[in-house]
Amino acid sequence: METLRTFGHFTIDSLPLVLKGDRYYYAWVAFLLLLMALGGFAYAGQVREGLIVTNMRDQVSWGFYIGNFTFLVGVAAAAIMLVIPAYVYHWGPIKEITLLGELLAVSALVMCLGFVLVDIGRVDRFWHIIPFVGRLNLPSSLLAWDVLALNGYLLLNWTVVTYLLYCSYTGKEYNKSVVIPLVLSSIPMAVSIHTVTAFLYNGLAARPFWNSAILAPRFLASAFCSGPAILLILLQILRRTTRLKVQDEAIFKVAELMAYTMGFNLLLTVAEVFKEFYSNTEHLVFIRYLFFGLKGHNGLVPFAWASILTGVVAFLLFLIPKTRTNWVTLNIGCVLIYASVYIEKGMALIIPGLTPDVLGDIYVYRPSLTELLVAAGIFAMGFLVFTLMLKIAVPIMLGEFTGRKAE
Amino acid sequence: MSDATSRSLRMTRRGLRPAGSRRAFLGGALAAVAGALATGCGREGMEAFLQHNFRELSRDELDRIIKRLEGEAKRRYGKKIRIGKEPAMQGVVFGYALDLSRCIGCRRCVHACVQENNPSRSPEIQWIRVLQMEKEKGVDLEAADAYYNPEEVPQEGHFYMPVQCQQCKNPPCVKVCPVGATWKDPDGIVVIDYNWCIGCRYCMAACPYGARHFNWGEPTVQPADLNPETHYLGNRPRPKGVVEKCTFCIQRTRKGLYPACVEVCPTGSRKFGNLADPKSEIRYILENKRVFVFKGELNTQPKFFYFYGV
Repeated sequence: METLRTFGHFTIDSLPLVLKGDRYYYAWVAFLLLLMALGGFAYAGQVREGLIVTNMRDQVSWGFYIGNFTFLVGVAAAAIMLVIPAYVYHWGPIKEITLLGELLAVSALVMCLGFVLVDIGRVDRFWHIIPFVGRLNLPSSLLAWDVLALNGYLLLNWTVVTYLLYCSYTGKEYNKSVVIPLVLSSIPMAVSIHTVTAFLYNGLAARPFWNSAILAPRFLASAFCSGPAILLILLQILRRTTRLKVQDEAIFKVAELMAYTMGFNLLLTVAEVFKEFYSNTEHLVFIRYLFFGLKGHNGLVPFAWASILTGVVAFLLFLIPKTRTNWVTLNIGCVLIYASVYIEKGMALIIPGLTPDVLGDIYVYRPSLTELLVAAGIFAMGFLVFTLMLKIAVPIMLGEFTGRKAE
Repeated sequence: MSDATSRSLRMTRRGLRPAGSRRAFLGGALAAVAGALATGCGREGMEAFLQHNFRELSRDELDRIIKRLEGEAKRRYGKKIRIGKEPAMQGVVFGYALDLSRCIGCRRCVHACVQENNPSRSPEIQWIRVLQMEKEKGVDLEAADAYYNPEEVPQEGHFYMPVQCQQCKNPPCVKVCPVGATWKDPDGIVVIDYNWCIGCRYCMAACPYGARHFNWGEPTVQPADLNPETHYLGNRPRPKGVVEKCTFCIQRTRKGLYPACVEVCPTGSRKFGNLADPKSEIRYILENKRVFVFKGELNTQPKFFYFYGV
């Protein structure tokens, strides 16, 4: 009862933190709210008219929404790249580092679920996929597993974050025997969410482009370099704008880890490309569509090469110690790797997987304005969630915001 | 009759099982709250919102739902329709065969299918796709053309391969559906519960035959074009945002009629019958003609066979 009351205070006390800020903060939040409003407006139109307002059709039945979903699952999974080093290299107080990672995971998952929700044709029937309430087709549907994995991971991260912050607020030391098992279990959970998401495509024999055994490892490798790219930039912003201390050492360590995962990511890509081109079977058609275009349709070609190029350049920047420890080149590398993976997961995975379609038809898909606006709205929502959570978390982490211990 | 067939025939008829499970109760309780917030359009809207999976409905519930749906169709199209619920017949497993040496690519089957099955005319949905292929290349999808439009068919040097739902024995679409909105009935027909499908389109990604079609927009059929003789799991009017497909004309075949595409085919390329009956025409074809299944390497085991009659 006492705990419940304190928790109530914690919730109420954190509200003013969210409302206070300088004008840059207000401008940022206002910008996000504006994007969300635009997205909401576009989504209302989609609900009214149906998914016809997107450019998806029977041939390319998944598109931009599911591409973004896939990318963001990777970001959520990659949050553990901050958790692992915290244990392996023992840098920083564990709660600070894990907290940031878990906050990022929570907001990435909010966006993931948002993208799934806007992609389904009958959003009024969302309850059909709620376990025990609807009718989850287990164990055979990977989508059903994905629902469980993603929500489980969200719940886990949410719990840890709230508990750690609550403990700081009450000034009590957090219970290690509670937190450590949870944090450690989040590592395999993070791997599993991205693996299950990869299996979702991987298991479809009808789509040879996805039906490759290294799809899941490729997902993990690309996620483990793109997710930390966001974190590295974030850590730099945080130590500029707040009094949060992040050592250079820590950032360079993550960058070093990224060099390995990026190397591995490139190797897997090469393995895939080799297998397709050397064996030169009818499956080659999808990867050809992606890299060279097919029958005059070559809209994806520049993106495909841009993804490869940015990936390679970023890899070199992270590999060479000199450029890895130089802030300018490090940040350029971060942006490049982010771009590379975003293109690869967002466009170069879903669209060529579905083009040409199963009967050889080429339908040229590019997202409609509605899809772009809705996606922008969802991203804005995720950023807002993250901003607000940071707004509460940072003062707590700095010990500036503590509760009414006396009560 | 093979072992597998008799096994499938021994299966209880789905769809007529009593409801009232814990899940239905929980579903009702939670969904009632959400429904009140979401729909707010009266009792009927609420009932539709809360409606459970076809296979969990009791006889009474199904009758009530059918009555409601018939009422809705009447209001919408100004026309009385019948929504049948005929279950699979005992001792029947439907099979289809298509004679590639006879098909001339006239696409009368496509139009007969549209007239029979009430798919949306705008946006247009067709369950049969006829591919024009080059004889020299054989069944090569890269060289296939579904949009051929010459003065006359057949075209020199080409053959025609109509593709529709292959009613797989091992259907990937059923396996992947996250909510069990699609399944294989005992007579082998793969069906969809349009009132349970959430429109995730995973089945479309999984289908190697492009057999599944999505209602991207509100489906429109002119009342004059609406075929009033329907089946709950077949050609009744569909809502937007759900997936639909060929059901071997379930509304006809479960009453002993041929599918519309078989009936209309001017060259007699299309054959249909009971695989469980050793004396059926379909069994004769399987045993005596050169038969192949499309994308056999994927192990979907279609019950739609292509053959060369001459």
